[in-house]
Amino acid sequence: MDTAFIELDRVEKVFDVRKKTGFLKRERRQVRAVDSISFTVPRGEMVGYIGPNGAGKSTTIKMLTGILTPSGGRLRVAGIDPSRERSRLAHRIGVVFGQRTTLWWDLPLIDSYRLMHRMYRIPDGRYRENLDRLVELLELGELLDVPVRQLSLGQRMRGDIAAALLHDPEVLYLDEPTIGLDVVSKAKVREFLRELNTENGTTVLLTTHDLQDIEQLCSRVMVIDHGRMMYDGPLAGLHEAGESERVLVVDLERELPPIEAPPPARVVKVEGPRQWLAFPASASAAPLVARIAAEYPLVDLSVREPDIEAVIAKMYVERAATA
Amino acid sequence: MAEDGWRAEAAKTGRLAEGVRTYRMIAAMWIRSTMAYRASFVMTTVGNFAATALDFVAILLMFSQVDALGGYPLPEVAFLYGLSSVSFGLADLAIGSMDRLGRRVRDGTLDTLLVRPAPVLAQVAADRFGLRRLGRVTQGALVLGYALIELDLQWTPLKLVLMPVMVLGGAGIFCAVFVAGAAFQFVAQDASEVQNAFTYGGTTLLQYPPTIFAQDLVRGVTFVLPLAFVNWVPAAYVLGRPLPLGLPGWTAFASPLVAAVCCALAGVAWRTGLRSYRSTGS
Ligand SMILES: Nc1ncnc2c1ncn2[C@@H]1O[C@H](COP(=O)(O)OP(=O)(O)O)[C@@H](O)[C@H]1O
Ligand SMILES: [Mg+2]
Repeated sequence: MDTAFIELDRVEKVFDVRKKTGFLKRERRQVRAVDSISFTVPRGEMVGYIGPNGAGKSTTIKMLTGILTPSGGRLRVAGIDPSRERSRLAHRIGVVFGQRTTLWWDLPLIDSYRLMHRMYRIPDGRYRENLDRLVELLELGELLDVPVRQLSLGQRMRGDIAAALLHDPEVLYLDEPTIGLDVVSKAKVREFLRELNTENGTTVLLTTHDLQDIEQLCSRVMVIDHGRMMYDGPLAGLHEAGESERVLVVDLERELPPIEAPPPARVVKVEGPRQWLAFPASASAAPLVARIAAEYPLVDLSVREPDIEAVIAKMYVERAATA
Repeated sequence: MAEDGWRAEAAKTGRLAEGVRTYRMIAAMWIRSTMAYRASFVMTTVGNFAATALDFVAILLMFSQVDALGGYPLPEVAFLYGLSSVSFGLADLAIGSMDRLGRRVRDGTLDTLLVRPAPVLAQVAADRFGLRRLGRVTQGALVLGYALIELDLQWTPLKLVLMPVMVLGGAGIFCAVFVAGAAFQFVAQDASEVQNAFTYGGTTLLQYPPTIFAQDLVRGVTFVLPLAFVNWVPAAYVLGRPLPLGLPGWTAFASPLVAAVCCALAGVAWRTGLRSYRSTGS
């Protein structure tokens, strides 16, 4: 079970969407929000689940928590079928929704925590211990007596994360935890998650469309689009999968015609004495640099890593073209 | 890490016990938070009292013009009014927040209740538990007290027993309407108005004697949506009047039974609604 703590086997979710097209006229349409997705997550791993808006990320999370019942396929979390034993699973998972709070909006933060304490039947000692630690790590001390609706988005998010962890869940799902946060709040949340994963061994599955979340947190990334899994593997491998290119920026002594580079490397832009050469991300830059240094009056050079966002955008375009 | 003792414990208690536990926990939290602002609590309760008492003021104004409504003099109408208000007030106090379900479905906050290890019905029912709603119960009770003093009732042991039975049975019937109305909002998220028509509209209807309404309406309120068992039917017995629609005498004692059946049906409707939500997401 530990190698497949979360397990999805050809899971599907089809929504029946009825749209009013006129007075009493309705059009029925089926939306495949999740289309035959399979993956497993071992205990203790931190996985990023990315994709554009409407890709099916939230729908997947909702099936993993038991909120939604899959239309097809098999799904297990800690050996439990989420939609059939939602309440039993609830004791073992923590959930954070970026766009809505699980806290009681009009009450002070601490009231929500007290209620969680009793609702989850957390033993007093454990509750105190967890609360103290979370309050310290997430810097909530000043905020405990503030009504949730008065918290800033970043404060509320930290409050929500603490609420999701009071009962020591074995897995934490976060649906867009950094959406709308400022840079400082994002950094705090990321740092906390990294620590949670390494210190406590909590399994973390987070959806995002912010690639920095993934770059800074996850060794493994899953890319989903139109409900289909497009990539599942290490972050580095994404570059190859997307056939991405790196860029060599060359500063010459003076303005010159485009450098004659050995293919597939090629000049993509010239601006005065500065030239940009694209070459496959999987190839080494050394031979190319050596060649240019030997034949041209070189002043300076630098290598730009591929923009992961561009890589993914390219994947989507290619998949759409072949589909 | 197998399931710890404290996690397994929850699985041992039944769903009903778990629901009651959840309800009490959440309601207690809201009461505590209300009591933190005592002055505001007093003011909103008085406001609730005054607003709901306006209904009775309207009846008093009518009686300044007439001596009886549908053959019922003021004390008898006050009796019906008090019973309806107290029964409805208790149901409203207990689970009146349920009419917000449609909004929860629309804005997606229902999802946050589904990830907690507690029955959703109890969480929704106890949400924003508002003690201020005691205002309605209080004014209903005062009017009922006035009626009991004014009326020269021939008390028998059976009638004495029937009083609390009908108040609680009536509250049960209204609770069922609240739950069924909320269940309907899983399908039609803007249906809180429809629900209000049956709850607030229902209690207003019951404040007047059945004799002033068309027979078809009385039949509907007896056999289709059995609100008549909140007060019309049992109150007629206490007042020593013939039961509406010529119902047999034992039906005056049927309120708890009617309430139980209604609650069971509402429970089924709720489960169906929640299941449909969980497979459609809305
Ligand atoms: N409850 C629902 N009813 C109908 N369609 C839905 C529902 N929830 C999501 N969808 C559709 O399913 C697709 C995936 O949505 P979602 O999982 O929310 O995407 P993401 O979280 O990746 O942005 C979208 O096309 C969305 O419109
Ligand atoms: Mg989403």
